[in-house]
Amino acid sequence: MSSALSSTNPSAAAVRPPSARGYHLDHLQFLETEAIHIMREVAAEFERPCLMFSGGKDSICLLRLAEKAFRPSDLPLPFLNVDTGHHFPELNEFRDRRARELGAKLIVRKVEDAIAAGIAVPTPGELSRNRLQIPTLLAAIEEFRFDCCIGGARRDEEKSRAKERFFSFRDGFGQWDPKNQRPEIWNLYNARVNPGEHMRVFPLSNWTEMDVWEYIQREKLEVPSIYFSHRRQCVRRGGQWLPVSDLLTLKPGEKTQELVVRVRTIGDIISTGMVESPADSVEDIIAEIAAARVTERGSRADDKTSEAAMEDRKKQGYF
Amino acid sequence: MIDNTMTLETVEPARAEELPRSTAGHGHPVEILRLNTCGSVDDGKSTLIGRLLYDSKSLMEDQLEALERSADITGGGQINLANLTDGLRAEREQGITIDVAYRYFATPRRKFIIADTPGHVQYTRNMVTGASTANLAIVLVDARAGVIEQSRRHTCLAALLRIPHLVVAVNKMDLVNWSEERFLEIRDEFEEFLPRLDIKDVKFIPISALNGDNVVSASPASPWYQGPALLGHLETVHIASDWNLNGFRLPVQWVNRPNNPTDTRLHDFRGFSGQVAGGIVRVGQKVMVLPSGLKSTVKDIWTYDGSVAEAFCPQSITLVLEDDIDISRGDTIVGLDALPGMSTELRAKVSWMHSRPLTPGRKFFIKHTTVSAQVIVSSIESRLNIQTFEDEPGPTELVANDLGEIRLRTSRPLVYDGYATNRLTGSFILIEPSTNATVAAGMLLPPIELVKPEYNDFAI
Repeated sequence: MSSALSSTNPSAAAVRPPSARGYHLDHLQFLETEAIHIMREVAAEFERPCLMFSGGKDSICLLRLAEKAFRPSDLPLPFLNVDTGHHFPELNEFRDRRARELGAKLIVRKVEDAIAAGIAVPTPGELSRNRLQIPTLLAAIEEFRFDCCIGGARRDEEKSRAKERFFSFRDGFGQWDPKNQRPEIWNLYNARVNPGEHMRVFPLSNWTEMDVWEYIQREKLEVPSIYFSHRRQCVRRGGQWLPVSDLLTLKPGEKTQELVVRVRTIGDIISTGMVESPADSVEDIIAEIAAARVTERGSRADDKTSEAAMEDRKKQGYF
Repeated sequence: MIDNTMTLETVEPARAEELPRSTAGHGHPVEILRLNTCGSVDDGKSTLIGRLLYDSKSLMEDQLEALERSADITGGGQINLANLTDGLRAEREQGITIDVAYRYFATPRRKFIIADTPGHVQYTRNMVTGASTANLAIVLVDARAGVIEQSRRHTCLAALLRIPHLVVAVNKMDLVNWSEERFLEIRDEFEEFLPRLDIKDVKFIPISALNGDNVVSASPASPWYQGPALLGHLETVHIASDWNLNGFRLPVQWVNRPNNPTDTRLHDFRGFSGQVAGGIVRVGQKVMVLPSGLKSTVKDIWTYDGSVAEAFCPQSITLVLEDDIDISRGDTIVGLDALPGMSTELRAKVSWMHSRPLTPGRKFFIKHTTVSAQVIVSSIESRLNIQTFEDEPGPTELVANDLGEIRLRTSRPLVYDGYATNRLTGSFILIEPSTNATVAAGMLLPPIELVKPEYNDFAI
């Protein structure tokens, strides 16, 4: 907390006095001020907001934006994470540590517990915890009576997300109604919800994958080690390199192989494709993305199910 | 040979060579241009955006694969560029765009945020949504159909919303054999009504979105057209002065008061956080708080990255004042030079967005800057006739998609500027109390009287 009094950001040198370069904002400064404005609207307009923090690169940017929006005060909202039980261990370690360092309250709700309580019901043979996150999240929202959840989703990720508002209204069942969204005009956000309803707010809506990494670079943000190149046992399946873990049972004929890999986007450990990459710094990653020929979500099996996979999950209350 | 532009600005010719893919901001900071596309159903908006993404190499292999997959299934093998933006199930089924979709692409010169806004009559509210934050609007016209009511409505909305730059893209030129005469006819039709609208910068470009002519590079099909291709224009149009830098305005969003700080220097910290909505503020500057009229001096401009000597619109900052005065969310801190208006009686242009019509006497919530207040619509002065661009006085109601002028009375005074002066302090939305629906977008007319420098609440 005390660290925030003045000029504590190591990257402060990157923020030149405005007069030195005219009264213009570059693209990252513009995206940043837009996101800070949204965060402050949330803090001012909602009774019980929370911030969904997974430890992934997008939510890491959210944390810095929250610091920029609210320091020198304490962050006025707790962090919420739905733990599928299939997370990369590196990610959970990072999540817990960052919350501690920022003095934030971290609430973790586990899909495991939701299944035990009968809140989430897996279909027979269902391995993925992706769908089961939805009832777990909605139960947590109900438990803490959250009226707003800030999330790190970006519109460039996926087609149905491209239609998402900054302030995305969810009804009493947590559902998104894409045909009946509130018009969002200028920077005037309609934050009104009735009891039992809530809002999902996405400050990074206008950010691209490249913007996220450039911001991480400019702000010198720490990211979990799995984003950088490392050696890992992988297995080829469905056109992807899946990481070998306790949760992955080898099928007959499958062979493991040690590769130099990293993750580009983080989902569950059973469905996240590793990309072969020597990138071991943020600079390398930026160069890699600039030359990339597939989108970030191209390495997520959960999105490939059907053309409308994401839309269907979002309608039910997915983030 | 046509002079296709109404401004004197020179634009570099389109570059025919291959563009490197999406590398903007990679190593160097660039500007963001926000644009929206509008037109009727089937004017080819989504195809145009698909074309911009495709030809600027902003599409990835998996996106192309998905396109090809859907082409095999539904398109008889032909890739449909519109499938890139029409993301929702119902849209693909009906072949229309039902909501604003945002798309992102970049060239080495700029980053672009495109709001793809539907042309359906009943979805005009989405056009207002997409246009409200845009630097530039592209109005698409089908070369065969020419100027239709939707073209006039969209151009009129773009003018009302004060989008600084307009491009009229005459699409499907291939279907009129690239007729220069047809292009000129359409341009003339526009120029007949454009003078009645207040738009500074208009450019006409003949294109074929389907085939890519004059979208990214100049087309051999139109030797008579000497202007830039669309992308070349988007990369070079001057947008640096689109923000208001006159008259400091800070609508207070959030009062920043640390609880039990461990750092003793923070015991008395009381900052006012918000996004500068106009002008420039400097340490040592005299400011006034409205509506109270109390004055103080700027002691510190606090940011996470350290204190700064000055800040400008649209930066997000936390202001610390010399004096301990009562300020809360909804108050506006202003500079003493160009003062705003302040009143409970207001006049505004509104775009009505709801199926329940607006009638005089109805009550709403108004959100203006960071103020939420109650408001009553005291009268509807006029309704805009989209054909004649004339205000027709005395309508009994405004229905969905109508544009009109209204009078309002608010439960607390608004501190505001005319929308033409400042988009951020001159705009508001109306919210219906029972449903929480956003029912109108409003643009305030200039104040009749400004706050005086010697004003304070107690003197009245």
